[in-house]
Amino acid sequence: MALPKLRQDATSARLSAMVLPAGANWAMEARRAAVGRVATSGLPQRRDEYWRYTDPASLVSVEAGAAAVLQDNETPVFDGFDRLRIVFVDGVFDAGASDDLRLTGIEIERLPEAMAKDIHWAKELYGVLEARGQKPVERPLAALNTAFATDGVVIRVTAKVSKPVNLVYLHRDNSSDVALHHLLRLEAGAEMTLLENGPAAARFSTVLETEIGDGARLHHIRVQGRDHERRAVTHCFARLGTQSHFKSFTLTLNGKLTRNECIVDLTGNDAVAHVAGAALGDGPDFLHDDTVFITHDALACESRQVFKKVLRNGATGVFQGKILVKPGAQKTDGYQISQSLLLDDDSQFLAKPELEIYADDVVCSHGSTSGAIDDTALFYLRSRGVPVQAATDLLVLAFLAEALDEIADMRIADDLRGRLEGWLARRRR
Amino acid sequence: MNGTPSIVQNQREEMLEIKGLQVKLEAEDKAILKGVDLSIGAGEVHAIMGPNGSGKSTLSYVLAGREGYVVTGGNATLEGQDLLELEPEARAAAGLFLAFQYPVEIPGVGNMTFLRTAVNAQRKTRGEEELSAAAFLKLVREQAKALKIDADMLKRPVNVGFSGGEKKRNEILQMAMLEPRMCILDETDSGLDVDAMKLVADGVNALRSAGRSFLVITHYQRLLDHIAPDFVHIMADGRIIKTGGPELALEVEQNGYADILAEVA
Repeated sequence: MALPKLRQDATSARLSAMVLPAGANWAMEARRAAVGRVATSGLPQRRDEYWRYTDPASLVSVEAGAAAVLQDNETPVFDGFDRLRIVFVDGVFDAGASDDLRLTGIEIERLPEAMAKDIHWAKELYGVLEARGQKPVERPLAALNTAFATDGVVIRVTAKVSKPVNLVYLHRDNSSDVALHHLLRLEAGAEMTLLENGPAAARFSTVLETEIGDGARLHHIRVQGRDHERRAVTHCFARLGTQSHFKSFTLTLNGKLTRNECIVDLTGNDAVAHVAGAALGDGPDFLHDDTVFITHDALACESRQVFKKVLRNGATGVFQGKILVKPGAQKTDGYQISQSLLLDDDSQFLAKPELEIYADDVVCSHGSTSGAIDDTALFYLRSRGVPVQAATDLLVLAFLAEALDEIADMRIADDLRGRLEGWLARRRR
Repeated sequence: MNGTPSIVQNQREEMLEIKGLQVKLEAEDKAILKGVDLSIGAGEVHAIMGPNGSGKSTLSYVLAGREGYVVTGGNATLEGQDLLELEPEARAAAGLFLAFQYPVEIPGVGNMTFLRTAVNAQRKTRGEEELSAAAFLKLVREQAKALKIDADMLKRPVNVGFSGGEKKRNEILQMAMLEPRMCILDETDSGLDVDAMKLVADGVNALRSAGRSFLVITHYQRLLDHIAPDFVHIMADGRIIKTGGPELALEVEQNGYADILAEVA
């Protein structure tokens, strides 16, 4: 079926402006198949069911809008923690700034290297989870990434890794337009922590496809760049085996547009997936969108979605979260909460929680709220001598606590709490 | 006349002076306090009793600076300082403390963090050095022990999941940590069983000193068995209509408010 003209034009314009990176046959096939998916569905438009609240135009356009690089002297996130750094500058791997990629229990390669090899396990994962994730909801920007991503990491984890792997995304060029694609396979019983931070580019697209084997554990902590004008669309596709764990937390401060999609398939019994996020937005140019799709396709799995947004001065927050319980996925335990704290009347929060359940022995709960600072709590704090700004900040942090509690590493959680306090203090007027 | 410093020895030092205080609700044009006069000297314990809706809680909220009220007349000073022009946090730093009738639950803020933030905020406002983590911990443990507040209660979020008695004990703990000069207890006895009331009263009595004053708001005489007041005031329809000694509380307990109301009417 032919696409409507506007969509067809926008899609053709973007596709014709791009060049497929070279690679081995299997890689080129995967990329061409992805181009096919984009061409079939077309790139997203505002009228699409899952783009109603977030205008995708600036993510679809041929030219990426410019974004000034934020100049500040704040210590980079995760500095001070022992970790293996893999640095990308405007989407290009920087060997000099990165650590030695050799570490016990983990094999790390760059995506272009893996894709140049005629035989590589990456073939079984690259674009595979992304393609699966196109149903029932199309995610053409993820397919576009699969087709044209120029760099990324390909990681296989075989044991418990002694320290976190940190993907650092530096942004130096005001007009950079970057697509990175990462593959992460955890073999049975393996365990690792993946850290991501930085703005990466003026316009940044990233896809992470992760296969979490039986009994394996992946902790994912991400702090998105604070550049005010940057735009980002991220997709995380995770497939979980029996008794595996996946915990993902994202902190977002600033940015003009952020769309974080997380698509999780619980395919092995007793698997656990927690996806959480905290976002702070200030001003009418801030739009933050969490779009989550969790599918329960096995027995006795647990899923939690915890998303909190603090919005002020006309900022917009979006949450679209779904729990799909397939027939036979008995003893499912699903939980979803999305909340916004609106610090003024100009800001808005748009939430679309969805549950679709085809099994009869499940526990699923969901809630979504929007509210202001609790005046009673504020007065209580002030009556104890806490100045109004500090009291407000304390209540903002309290509001975010449930999401921050999803960070497994206490030290990192404390560090991020401290940074949030600093952000709040800087934003006082 | 106020504002004249006195150096005469043995003269009663004023703590809280309320003169002709008139207050209405901001939301609706309804007068709640219709001219309250009250003078509390340093080291004194005063009790205010009165029927429901007489304005007792409003008086405590207005003194602490809660929003939603408009002062339409009169004034209130703490040690000579105009209270009503201060922000709530400045009133606290100036030495005022209100133990809430309904202590507020604050999910996500640990009780210990809350206490430390409050103590250090007040010290900072007064230009004092902040307490070190160790010094604070030592202090809070001592005070908590006296009030039978266990470590778990200190770790939990402020008042979340606390029983009625635990919440009130937590108020007294805050009072003990903040060392205010003027303590207002708004129906601290409500929702307490006899044992819990005893514990709270012991906590209050331990804080009584020559430089610290108390205003105890209550419906019932029984709290005053444990916290012996120097003066008892009866409040009705936004005014203090009668003042006496502890015997006035006993009179209320025996005969209710009807006689007193009839007497002044």
